[in-house]
Amino acid sequence: MTLEITTARPDPALLDLPWSTPLEDWPENVLAALPRGISRHVVRFVRWRSLVLAVKEIKADIADREYEMLRSLRRLEVPSVEPFGVVRGRSAGEDGPLDAALITQHLQFSLPYRALFSQALRPDTAVRLMDALALLLVRLHIEGFWWGDVSLSNTLFRRDAGAFAAYLVDAETGELHERLTDGQRAHDLDIAQVNIAGELMDLQAGGHLEGVDPLEVAASIIERYHLLWDELTATERFEAGDRWRVDERIRRLNDLGFDVDELSISTDLGGTELQIQPKVVDAGHHSRRLLQLTGLDVEENQARRLLNDLDSYVATTDQQAADEEIVAHEWLVKVYQPVTRAVPRGMASRLEPAEVFHEVLEHRWYLSERAGRDIPIEAALSDYLRTVLPAKPEEQDVVGVDTIEMPVIARPDSRAD
Amino acid sequence: MAALYNGSSGTFLPVKEGDDAMATVTFDNATRVYPGASKPSVDQLNIEIEDGEFLVLVGPSGCGKSTSLRMLAGLEEVNSGRILIGDRDVTNLSPKDRDVAMVFQNYALYPHMTVADNMGFALKIAGVDKPEIRKRVEEAAKILDLSPFLDRKPKALSGGQRQRVAMGRAIVRSPQVFLMDEPLSNLDAKLRVQTRTQIASLQRRLGVTTVYVTHDQIEAMTMGDRVAVLKDGILQQCDSPRRMYDHPANVFVAGFIGSPAMNLMEAPVTDGGVNLGGHTVPVERDAMKEAGKQVTLGVRPEDLEVAEDGQGLAVTVEVVEELGADAYIYGSTEQKLLAATGENAGEVPFIARVDGRRPPKKGALIHLTPKAGHVHVFNAESGLRIGD
Repeated sequence: MTLEITTARPDPALLDLPWSTPLEDWPENVLAALPRGISRHVVRFVRWRSLVLAVKEIKADIADREYEMLRSLRRLEVPSVEPFGVVRGRSAGEDGPLDAALITQHLQFSLPYRALFSQALRPDTAVRLMDALALLLVRLHIEGFWWGDVSLSNTLFRRDAGAFAAYLVDAETGELHERLTDGQRAHDLDIAQVNIAGELMDLQAGGHLEGVDPLEVAASIIERYHLLWDELTATERFEAGDRWRVDERIRRLNDLGFDVDELSISTDLGGTELQIQPKVVDAGHHSRRLLQLTGLDVEENQARRLLNDLDSYVATTDQQAADEEIVAHEWLVKVYQPVTRAVPRGMASRLEPAEVFHEVLEHRWYLSERAGRDIPIEAALSDYLRTVLPAKPEEQDVVGVDTIEMPVIARPDSRAD
Repeated sequence: MAALYNGSSGTFLPVKEGDDAMATVTFDNATRVYPGASKPSVDQLNIEIEDGEFLVLVGPSGCGKSTSLRMLAGLEEVNSGRILIGDRDVTNLSPKDRDVAMVFQNYALYPHMTVADNMGFALKIAGVDKPEIRKRVEEAAKILDLSPFLDRKPKALSGGQRQRVAMGRAIVRSPQVFLMDEPLSNLDAKLRVQTRTQIASLQRRLGVTTVYVTHDQIEAMTMGDRVAVLKDGILQQCDSPRRMYDHPANVFVAGFIGSPAMNLMEAPVTDGGVNLGGHTVPVERDAMKEAGKQVTLGVRPEDLEVAEDGQGLAVTVEVVEELGADAYIYGSTEQKLLAATGENAGEVPFIARVDGRRPPKKGALIHLTPKAGHVHVFNAESGLRIGD
């Protein structure tokens, strides 16, 4: 059999990876780290050129399917890892053929949940992770994607101005439908609850979880999901005179980070009652606006934070009447970039620039409160760089913490049964 | 009787406490039409599954087998008709209220938890108390030969034992019905055979009504108490594997079930039977009354005999596949052959099983006649079976 590589980023150097070796035996010198999560398949992280790639060994048809599925999700602009390619036709010579490999690109500055729980945590971290995962699940379901294996292990988290943004990592069991039935959504939620409970109980058994009730946290995903789903999809009825409620609904959705691309408005026969229902909603309300104004591509809450700072810049410099884009550019050059560019090169892989900016703003608030007066951002920045950032761990290429692999299927026993 | 409690790949279900409830499953004219589709994906499906039965839904891609299973699971809407579990109409119930469990799709094992906790943790979510969880875990472990390992970590287990722990997760829920949707699809061929034997024997020991979906007719025939063949959303036949093999209800089933596939050919009706290669194959006269002038004749490869006297269908041997006691010959004939269905689809050779000790040579011209009483006759237009 001949080696066959499908990738959107063709580069012959990909052939240099040891494809004729079973993935679990890959030499340490090509691995980015030794960590592996709980996985049904063998997964390894590989440093390749300037990237970190995740390589998963699975059957060719499943690899192809997941690769296409991830590409579809990217096209739908759902937060998910970037598929990099599929390698087929692997052979270990006399030892016979090897399974195919699905390659995805590691999401920079993302954190697996196990890494998050192994750090000293704010007490509400678990709750914030559930918020992020519920939002991701709602977005997937709106696009008609049934995940089939919702779990913390199959999700990566990026810091997002004190909250987290969740990304789908594993689409192996997923299916794209025109529209999901209530039963499909309920099933995904049930799967999520059991998996999350199991994952948190496992952390607890390993001594990595304190002060958190796994069952309570796992149950909260359902409640959070429903709150969000209802706000995004529910029909609202009111008196025809209360037209302000249309704007009010749109504003609430914007606050949640959604743009309303299509809203259906209908009246009853007598025309005394109005009925509205969002038909097409699009996540990324704040991040899209920030991107338009400044060219910065950041997470939703970071964008919200930056836009707030931009607003106060407009107010304090008394430029309310000026062209928005011009002022935004001025803010970018005078406020944002001086902060993010002040981070020494050696500390640049600790946090993303937008997260650094958010933390500096937090730090200024904290210093100001302690001092009882306004501390200028320059002073807050130098204090932050001296006292806070150096204590932070590197987070650019965290690919997990060391746990054991638990393939449940697809491998003949290596020991007597 | 139902206690609220949870599930395998995630479903939370109310589950019977004792074994008194009759877990029959009834598809009653169950129909699923996708929005915008011109015809149903599942069209008036009628199947009655007995308590404790292992029913396999099989058919080619797009036949509606997975959709049928998902209608039972509550994942697909039922646009008309009903689905019953026991006497309970579950048509409009949410998945977790149906007391069914989707098994074996995606289980993780948790490395820091004991085998017992890995099997039983999901019961905690539904508030099952500790002694009850332990009891159910111990019972499941006994069935799965895992009793000595309950207090160990999964790391200490072999691959096969880990797999059984995963099955244990589903078993402790003791749902009324297990649902399995191509659970073996990502296993390699050897492991597939092992695992399907395990699942089938486990199901028999547990006696839990099970509906199993596969595209693989061999899997269907080896596992099911009964097999339901679907095509284009329509049930073709639902019978025991033996009955299905010996009495396929129509041409589609005849060609789909069996490997190597049944030889199917157009043949003219004659006085007293059907003409095959210039010779009359006797068929009961009564059965042929409504056959018209032409029928589809089917003969399984093992139901052919080499005719030494030159009588019968002339076949030129192209390939000889020797399997020891038997040999299969693949040949060509002037008789027009019908493409079989499913995995055997496409241009088909004429296939016959012959004595493996003295198989004909490649290139030889041989004559084959069907064994008496082992031909299948189908109406050429409707494809329906004629006679018994």
